[in-house]
Amino acid sequence: MPTINETITQEIRAKAKELLESKEVAAFLGFCQGSLPMTTRPFVARSPEEADKLVWNSFCVLNPANYLPELLKSLEPPRGPRDPAPEGPLPKAALLATGCWSRNIAIQIKENQLDRDRVVIVGIASRGMVDQRKIRARFPDQEILKVEEQDHKLKVSGQNFEEEINRWDMVRGNCLTCLHPDPVMLDVRIGAAGQERKNDTPFQQVDEIKNKSTDERWQWFQDEFASCIRCYACRNACPLCYCDTCFVDDSKPQWVGKSIDPVDTGLFHILRAYHCAGRCTDCGACESVCPMDINMRILTKKLSMDVLALYGSEAGMDPEAPLPLSTYKTDDPQDFILSESGAAKEGI
Amino acid sequence: MKVYAFKQADLEKWVKSWTSTHKVYRAATQKSETCGAHAGWTEMTDGTMPPCGPAKSSVKTFYFPQPETMATFSAKKEDPDGLLMENQETPEEKQIVFGVRPCDGRSVELNNLPYVDDPFYQANRERTILVGFSCTEQKATCFCTQTGGSPYGTEGLDVALSQVGDVFLAEIITDKAAELVDNGDGLTEASESEIAELTSLRQAVEENPGHDESLKAKEMTALHGAPFWDKVAESCLNCGACTFLCPTCYCFDIQDEVVRGQGKRIRYWDSCMFPLYTLHTTGHNPRGKKVQRVRNRFMHKLKYFPDRFGPFSCVGCGRCIQECPVNIDIREVMVDLLAVK
Repeated sequence: MPTINETITQEIRAKAKELLESKEVAAFLGFCQGSLPMTTRPFVARSPEEADKLVWNSFCVLNPANYLPELLKSLEPPRGPRDPAPEGPLPKAALLATGCWSRNIAIQIKENQLDRDRVVIVGIASRGMVDQRKIRARFPDQEILKVEEQDHKLKVSGQNFEEEINRWDMVRGNCLTCLHPDPVMLDVRIGAAGQERKNDTPFQQVDEIKNKSTDERWQWFQDEFASCIRCYACRNACPLCYCDTCFVDDSKPQWVGKSIDPVDTGLFHILRAYHCAGRCTDCGACESVCPMDINMRILTKKLSMDVLALYGSEAGMDPEAPLPLSTYKTDDPQDFILSESGAAKEGI
Repeated sequence: MKVYAFKQADLEKWVKSWTSTHKVYRAATQKSETCGAHAGWTEMTDGTMPPCGPAKSSVKTFYFPQPETMATFSAKKEDPDGLLMENQETPEEKQIVFGVRPCDGRSVELNNLPYVDDPFYQANRERTILVGFSCTEQKATCFCTQTGGSPYGTEGLDVALSQVGDVFLAEIITDKAAELVDNGDGLTEASESEIAELTSLRQAVEENPGHDESLKAKEMTALHGAPFWDKVAESCLNCGACTFLCPTCYCFDIQDEVVRGQGKRIRYWDSCMFPLYTLHTTGHNPRGKKVQRVRNRFMHKLKYFPDRFGPFSCVGCGRCIQECPVNIDIREVMVDLLAVK
């Protein structure tokens, strides 16, 4: 019997073929198989034949929404910067979207990065993506040459070993605490609808660090980010980061030093996280792509926790709702604003 | 060349003895171990043997550290010599890097081709002793033999350690390494049969198929204009993971940093994957598109560099394949390039 993911793969291919053949979309954004075990590649099928390369498995860890604005731009007929937009509807693209990815699409639309009419959202309920680091850590002295997926098990093998492990034990930290695996908006559904999940402690990973003493927390921060090489994979994999020139690349004025001085590296990570406040859907792409295995996601998770506590908002959950941090309400919490009376109270 | 033979325990003792006289580095096994400017490396206090395959971070950090101070200056207004650059003295303190794989050793020699007149690189080369470790096993991502290297290669190394059965042989390759021998009391020279065994292991390695020659023979414009680049670039995130982990990517940028009136001219790693790398002051960017940057990285390694210097600027360590967030595989690019008519 085919596994759930094999069935989904077949459905994705059939749907992509249909959309491409009927010319409803000019491109279908998904994943193809990578050259190493536990890898997939973001992949754009532009013809019905290419649709057969699409795959769906537990290692689709990149966020396709990250590629969407650029892909749509590439489908437009070429024109100069001052030329008017061409008349008539522009070519569309379809893309795969799980819960978090669809929320990113909602945010991109809200932030005017995306034209909803040009996107066909092919929704899939996420069963949680697997963290290849966790699997590697489980077999520290062996090289993993093959990982075969069943619905609830992973068969991991190498030169002299073969072992079946529980899939859920290897699922990424962000997927473990995810409450909304089903897309918040979609045009076509693949597979069965997903259930909302219950979790009484969705921010437990943050609490573990929050509950440390100041010194311990500082130590954690220093250790966690010490090996950062400033490759910016975390930033570039993020669908929220679309500035033409990032603040770290700016040299006039220069906000952040360019080398791997711990102060500069720390500043980059803190500021990157703050730019994602109220917008991050905890898709986990940043963490999954880090070549140095840094868990920077915990910073954005903390900000999601704060935004939920302060504004009662979860990023992208309601495509119609205004964005919490770019909207002013008279009853917004203002405790953090340093007023004269407040300062006097604090003894500043 | 002297060759010494060790049992593992004796070898560990010998390696440990260096830590009392030198700074000895090995690859970090966990994030928190990483030391200062050398991300992914840590100072060694014992003599533990390295794990299989190349370390996560390459040795270039010891030859081409970041940030590297090139000059200092005073930026105080009242200073009569304000803004006059003073040359930075190059460091002389000896350092040992232990457990380096032959691919990384070779990278030091390859980078030396463009850096032969670079005083900073040369000073670091002078003061660094590379203790290599031949690979008895290769990882699935290793392809050193396709780029002109060998798992038993010694290029760039000062000492080459190789496991032959349950004996470790240490080949003392350069004069720099002689001081390590002085350190060890009563080292045992390897027997002729042990040396012969190592030689046969080395000779058993498959010959380099000479891809660099095949690509050199191809028309540059044909490779440049090949249609497959769009597909390679499509999934690329344009991050610097490949370039920064690559032992043979050696591009840098220079900046002046001023803190409280004291200025430093530093150089730090740059990546041709970043749009700012080629941005002109006019605002024009000759490699403004992602596909142009992706193509440049591979063309530089596999065509421009060999055309100018001979070998590929790639040692086949496989780091970029292993760590690329979107699994762009340089071996596939090589195959695609070789297929271009």
